[in-house]
Amino acid sequence: MSITTEHRELILPQAETMLLGMGPSHPAMHGIIRLNLALDGERVADATIDIGFLHRGFEKMVERHTWNQAIIYTDRLNYVSAMINNVGYCLAVERLLGVETPPRCVYLRVIMSELSRVMDHLTCIAAQIMETGAMTVFLYCMKAREWIYEVVEMCCGARVTTNWTRVGGLMADVPADFPDAVRQRIPELRFVISEIDKLVTRNRIFIDRYRNVGVMPRDEAISRGFTGPCLRASGVPFDVRRDQPYLNYDEFDFEIPVGTNGDVYDRYLVRMFEMEQSLRIVEQALDKLPEGPVSVEDKSITLPDKKDVYGNIEGLINQFKLIMNGHGIKPPPGEVYQAVEAPNGELGFYIISTGEASPYKCRCRPPCLPLTAAMPRMIIGEMVADIIPIFGSINMIGGELDG
Amino acid sequence: MNVLELLIAVAFMVGVIGFVSLFALFAIWMERKVSAHMQDRLGPMETGGWHGWSQTIADTVKLLLKEDIIPTAVDQPLFRMAPYIVFTGALASFAVIPFAANLIGADLNIGVYYLVAVSSLVVIGILMAGWASNNKWALYGAMRSAAQMVSYEIPVVLSLLVPVLLAQSLSMQKLVEIQAGGFWHWTVFSHLPFALVAFVIYFWASLAEVNRTPFDIPEAESELVAGYHVEYSGMRFAMFFLAEYANMFVVAAVAATVFLGGWHAPLPFLELSTEVSWIGSAVVGTAWFVVKATFLVFVQMWLRWTLPRLRVDQLMRICWKVFLPFSFANVLLVSLWLAVKG
Repeated sequence: MSITTEHRELILPQAETMLLGMGPSHPAMHGIIRLNLALDGERVADATIDIGFLHRGFEKMVERHTWNQAIIYTDRLNYVSAMINNVGYCLAVERLLGVETPPRCVYLRVIMSELSRVMDHLTCIAAQIMETGAMTVFLYCMKAREWIYEVVEMCCGARVTTNWTRVGGLMADVPADFPDAVRQRIPELRFVISEIDKLVTRNRIFIDRYRNVGVMPRDEAISRGFTGPCLRASGVPFDVRRDQPYLNYDEFDFEIPVGTNGDVYDRYLVRMFEMEQSLRIVEQALDKLPEGPVSVEDKSITLPDKKDVYGNIEGLINQFKLIMNGHGIKPPPGEVYQAVEAPNGELGFYIISTGEASPYKCRCRPPCLPLTAAMPRMIIGEMVADIIPIFGSINMIGGELDG
Repeated sequence: MNVLELLIAVAFMVGVIGFVSLFALFAIWMERKVSAHMQDRLGPMETGGWHGWSQTIADTVKLLLKEDIIPTAVDQPLFRMAPYIVFTGALASFAVIPFAANLIGADLNIGVYYLVAVSSLVVIGILMAGWASNNKWALYGAMRSAAQMVSYEIPVVLSLLVPVLLAQSLSMQKLVEIQAGGFWHWTVFSHLPFALVAFVIYFWASLAEVNRTPFDIPEAESELVAGYHVEYSGMRFAMFFLAEYANMFVVAAVAATVFLGGWHAPLPFLELSTEVSWIGSAVVGTAWFVVKATFLVFVQMWLRWTLPRLRVDQLMRICWKVFLPFSFANVLLVSLWLAVKG
């Protein structure tokens, strides 16, 4: 949807506005979104937003593949924190199947989800501040994100597109030195977070640029379907991890930061606090990390060891039954909605099973769609320069937005 | 004017152009290294060997060899002329900058006045570039730039008036001469607090004059893509780039000249008088002067890699509501003080 003819007639006679297409090839628009602006000098008189530049047909692809094959498509939803998407999808399928994963798997999923959250928040803060001109913060954040990527690489060998979970467990157990590697990184991550804090949080220019910009009042945020840091910045203490607990989040001690103004500055602060809370959860989970298997011991769900596949006929047939077209995992008919707290908000998977080897329907609720839909509302009346921090604060990720 | 004088003038001109180009190349390399080390990186390390010293030279060669793209819809004469006007503005300022006691292009009796006048040429060049490009982003950049540079000219001039009042002269050499005899005689220290306030205001306002962070909104790359030079490529782009670094040196050099003792050494015995050696005095004076100016250029880079950028209305607010009243009061107080002192 672009600015229509009626729009033009609406705007132009009143003021001498200039129409300006911002994006998709624009440094701040990430190449995947377009803002159609009507500008009155430096002020935004009207705006519409075009999405869909990164549409790949996630839902259709999932319908065409088996339940486990769909996991790699969830990597590409929010590619900054792919593991949370993996976990969310697998939790939904496991609920359909009615299986519980072993405790070690649950703890590892929590640890990696929280580290992914730190990674996502670091990226969001980095990009947002870089786009307002402070390049150095960006590189500090990228340095810290790199450390988490090393941990991700330990888990699954990949860095961005992880494909780490499986229905009923994980692709593999983590290496023996995993807990120590994570423990060693936590103080370093805390140090980088405090460095960012010292550089910008009380910087007068930063506050001037971020305070009272892109304000979203509490009630409107709720009615627009905001979730995640943007909702909490508007003063609603809603967090899926606490309000609809999944995995074993109810066992951990963590706080949910809440903002007061709902402006860009509050969203930044909420993200900064959440990183600290995530690190606290990781520490607690590492302390309690149990030993044991990482996948359910159910031969109709979990693939056998390669040793068995190549070594005996039972293993081979088991592998065959799970992999071959038309066989494999077949959850009972039914439908399920499972939400997880992704870094941007509530990431939901609504899945319908008809008892076949692939989902009948898999709908992903991308947390940044309602946020992106509110962009025009937040930028109209603000200045051109404010578009950048506002757009940065909603942390739009094309992969999950366009599906 | 006899032949010898003409030759000296030509030699000086060539020398200045050479110095400006070399300094710009050096400053771009320095900017890369400074930013890299502030961000836990190494910066260019390969080209040319030692710490990638010839990276900028390689870049310049690349820009020279690039295809010269002129979009069809631009206003051709203005588009072609704009980069040279910007560069001329930067270059012309060097005529009155005293590098040493005996090394100055022209010691005009209205040196400061001339400097302020020619450095305003840059605005015209930028406005031409933005308008001629026939591009909305470029136009926005140019509009912001014009508003910003014209506004910040006023605090710059008012704060330059303070040393002018103290020296009772507009000549650049005279402004340096009154600061002789050690760093405590430098204007910035010798007339506390007025000169210090003037120096701080001058330095900040000059950042806006040369479009550096936190006042780099004319080219704010994340908002305006690249601002006024978005349609430029190849050598024309390089001219804008070189002019930016030449301008950085000019404002730093002016600050060093009028506030930080110019070519005087911090301690008197580190200087070489013209009576001892004409050449030696020029070399030592230039060295001190370039060190001071380069230090100020370094501070400009330091700020750029630390601070976010202001918004256009905040920029104007700072200029008209903070810098202007303070610099105006400063000039008035200095005048009163001089009148009382007699």
